[in-house]
Amino acid sequence: MSEARELTLEEREASIGGIGTARKRKEDARFIRGQGNYVDDIKLPGMLHGDFVRSAHAHALIKSISTEAALEVPGVLAVVTAKDLEPLGLHWMPTLAGDKAAVLADKKVHFQNQEIAFVVATDRYAAMDGVQKVEVEYEALPPLIDPTTALDDDAPIIRDDVASNDEVGQGPRHHPNHIFEWNVGDKEATDAAFAAAEITIREKIAYPRCHPSPLETCGCVASMDATNGKLTVYGTFQAPHVVRTVVSLITSLAESNIRIVSPDIGGGFGNKVGAYPGYICAAAASIVTGHPVKWIESRIDNLSTTAFARDYHMVGELAADKDGKILAVRAEVLADHGAFNTHAQPMKWPAGLFNILTGSYDIPVGHVSVNGVYTNKAPGGVAYRCSFRVTEAAYLIERLVDVLAQQTEVDKAEIRLRNFVQPAQFPYKSCLGWEYDSGDYPTALKKVMAAVDYAGLRKEQAAKRAAGELMGIGVSTFTEIVGAGPVRNCDIVGLGMFDSCEIRVHPTGSVIARLGTKSQGQGHETTFAQIIATELGIPSDNIVIEEGDTDTAPYGLGTYGSRSTPVAGAAAARAARKIREKAKQIAAHVLEVSEQDLEWEVDRFKVAGSDVSMTMKAIAMAAYSNVPEGLEHGLETAAYYDPPNFTYPFGAYICVVDIDRFTGDVKVRRFYALDDCGTRINPMVIDGQIHGGLAEAFAIAMGQEIIYDETGNILGASLMDYFLPSAVETPTWETDFTVTPCPHHPIGAKGIGESPNVGGVPAFSNAIIDAFAHHGVRHMSMPHTQSKVWQTLNELGLNK
Amino acid sequence: MSSQKISLTINGEAVEAEVEARTLLIHFLREQRNLTGPHIGCETSHCGACTVDLNGKSVKSCTIFAVQADGGELLTVEGLANGAELHPLQEGFYESHGLQCGYCTPGMLTRAYRLLQENPDPSDDEIRIGISGNLCRCTGYQNIVKAVRYAADKINQAEGAD
Repeated sequence: MSEARELTLEEREASIGGIGTARKRKEDARFIRGQGNYVDDIKLPGMLHGDFVRSAHAHALIKSISTEAALEVPGVLAVVTAKDLEPLGLHWMPTLAGDKAAVLADKKVHFQNQEIAFVVATDRYAAMDGVQKVEVEYEALPPLIDPTTALDDDAPIIRDDVASNDEVGQGPRHHPNHIFEWNVGDKEATDAAFAAAEITIREKIAYPRCHPSPLETCGCVASMDATNGKLTVYGTFQAPHVVRTVVSLITSLAESNIRIVSPDIGGGFGNKVGAYPGYICAAAASIVTGHPVKWIESRIDNLSTTAFARDYHMVGELAADKDGKILAVRAEVLADHGAFNTHAQPMKWPAGLFNILTGSYDIPVGHVSVNGVYTNKAPGGVAYRCSFRVTEAAYLIERLVDVLAQQTEVDKAEIRLRNFVQPAQFPYKSCLGWEYDSGDYPTALKKVMAAVDYAGLRKEQAAKRAAGELMGIGVSTFTEIVGAGPVRNCDIVGLGMFDSCEIRVHPTGSVIARLGTKSQGQGHETTFAQIIATELGIPSDNIVIEEGDTDTAPYGLGTYGSRSTPVAGAAAARAARKIREKAKQIAAHVLEVSEQDLEWEVDRFKVAGSDVSMTMKAIAMAAYSNVPEGLEHGLETAAYYDPPNFTYPFGAYICVVDIDRFTGDVKVRRFYALDDCGTRINPMVIDGQIHGGLAEAFAIAMGQEIIYDETGNILGASLMDYFLPSAVETPTWETDFTVTPCPHHPIGAKGIGESPNVGGVPAFSNAIIDAFAHHGVRHMSMPHTQSKVWQTLNELGLNK
Repeated sequence: MSSQKISLTINGEAVEAEVEARTLLIHFLREQRNLTGPHIGCETSHCGACTVDLNGKSVKSCTIFAVQADGGELLTVEGLANGAELHPLQEGFYESHGLQCGYCTPGMLTRAYRLLQENPDPSDDEIRIGISGNLCRCTGYQNIVKAVRYAADKINQAEGAD
């Protein structure tokens, strides 16, 4: 037998499967076999099912609710109404935005499909039978649907419960339908810059109400164990620890007697951040009946009641010189939050991080004003695959820059190059209050322009235009603000938005690590293991990642707003480094050298200038058997990471479309996406995230809209009408990257999941509108459905 | 509620069961048979998360009754692998990063299984058309197309070698 050959340094590094490796995903093994464990897969002994009676009206008083007939239905055990929840104080619940929301309609309904009663039965069919038999008598009230009329003197008052309050959790307000006014920037200086500017442009730009619509809807199984008083709730929670704290705050249950478990989640995209009536009703029903109770949303329930996004009605303005150099930005926004302010956000930010409106551009001065209002529509809104209101801001600035380019007759890529924050300006303080961490915008855009032969495309476009054909080139050079966030300015119900990681190294050198975040498809089981692998020199295949069980995971604020890698990923690196420090002490002890003599090399500590070394695997065993005097046994720790700043991922996208001038059919010929997310942990997963985010951007730009008629009927709350593109419509994507590490993150990473949605939507819009630019068109409203594009063609007479 | 006896083959196993006349096939599979691979995403036949293979056709099990499967031959994602040996499609999805949250994956795999029997050597466009009844919110489809291509190539190579 020959002795095994010693591995080279490169081979040792490759065997780790750490940062930078296109490692295959660990979670896939169960999903490809149909062995995932989603909430509707959970079955507990004696489990009951709940379903909702929902409002037919958008705005009405409830005169009576008759439950007798429903209780006669075989299998129906209980019908819960607001009256039943009131003694428990659970008929209303606090929202993440400082408002309150009805759990079950209390005397009136505020939007169509609002929850009125919860029918509990032995199975889901019986629950539905019971729902059919509950009779609700209404007295219809005039509905308020159009947010632009919400603050009229004679507008119907939506929220009688807070009508006389001076504020509803977000500062002073001046009308019963007003929620907040939020101002940022220097108004006086901005107005002066506009008054003095050679060129100003102004555009009314709406971002329509849409919905994240993950393939799995929301749901839960609540189980109260009467013998030990412990409530366990399995559910679709992007932030399980926050749910635990909120449940404890609104009930009298000790937080230690509440266990929240997020099993596998079938996509979130912001839909699963909030607390919904179904969770409260299932928990209350379990407490009352002593049985586990399951609640699973239907698709119609999902689209019409939980978590809409956007619905921002914006007027944006730029002031510039005649060469297109931007001198000031100004925006006024009307934000439709529906019937309750269930905006998901860090609590100090009523309009999220909308003041990232300066985008990638060096703009000397600016001012933003956002007013939130109530309407008789489903409450929200959430951040649909974006950091809080960052998509709306990126959309507005990217559209405005295109409008300015048309006004000044400067090329749409050139105008961006003229206005970019330059690499030497970082860290860059924006006029609206942020400190951008790092970036190289010109390099990114120039790389994309070269890759697609931008000059050649413009030549082709000119020829096509001369021939009467429509071709559009959309440029989007966005900057995001993600990774909420620094505790000094980010909290949810008072909880700082740090995140956490706990690592345990076992005696044989394998690892289990738990984090306060929760993957919904992002691949945390794979990528977080890679961070720890590189930091500890332990193969990622030997590292198990667990999330989502509040009984075992350290406290964290969850996964949304691209915060997992910037915050929990940083905690993982920090925790691993603490472990490595202790490992060094143990290695020095075992090797009988001083710590100063040791240097780290991939997977071991080596005595400098010698062949003597001790691998992490060997150190792990020593940690449980041979530690220096005064040092505790074991090799485990936790880190809680409060990020010093947000991270600022950016990208440059170019989209090329061809439009059939007779039918309005838009063909996406090419989509080239360059993203810079700092250090790249797993290129395969990054590409996957970009593909998915771009597909969602395509869906939003081309077809997604939650529409209400004037009486508040929601039109199209099923997948018959709500656009989820199939493989046939969805374009193919080309991806590229630059790497500008984040200077304040332990491994230099910035987050990637949301960039393609944030940057993608304006790229599509800009491409379509660019196709019409030579006809004087400056803006077309989303979504760019074929019929709307055709209308533009028809108005311009181009289809003749 | 009236109930009815049905007998069928599920993943190669003969099954007899009693179902209510109104029980949907997806609920029968998930709740009575504990086959939780097929998922429910829309209840209207649009998303395809519930896709199973019934009598040689892809079927959306959320919109047919369990009694309609009586006497049938049914395959779910749980029946794709041959013991520990993955089906080339399962391997393709793993190798090509053809899944993220995993919720559409069982339906997507089951549909692609039938697609490759209908058309063993599909072009990328034919794959896209072939899976257009199955929606995915995570992947943007590009890697799913690659995954199906991977499986087709692998199956065709194995057959060529025979």
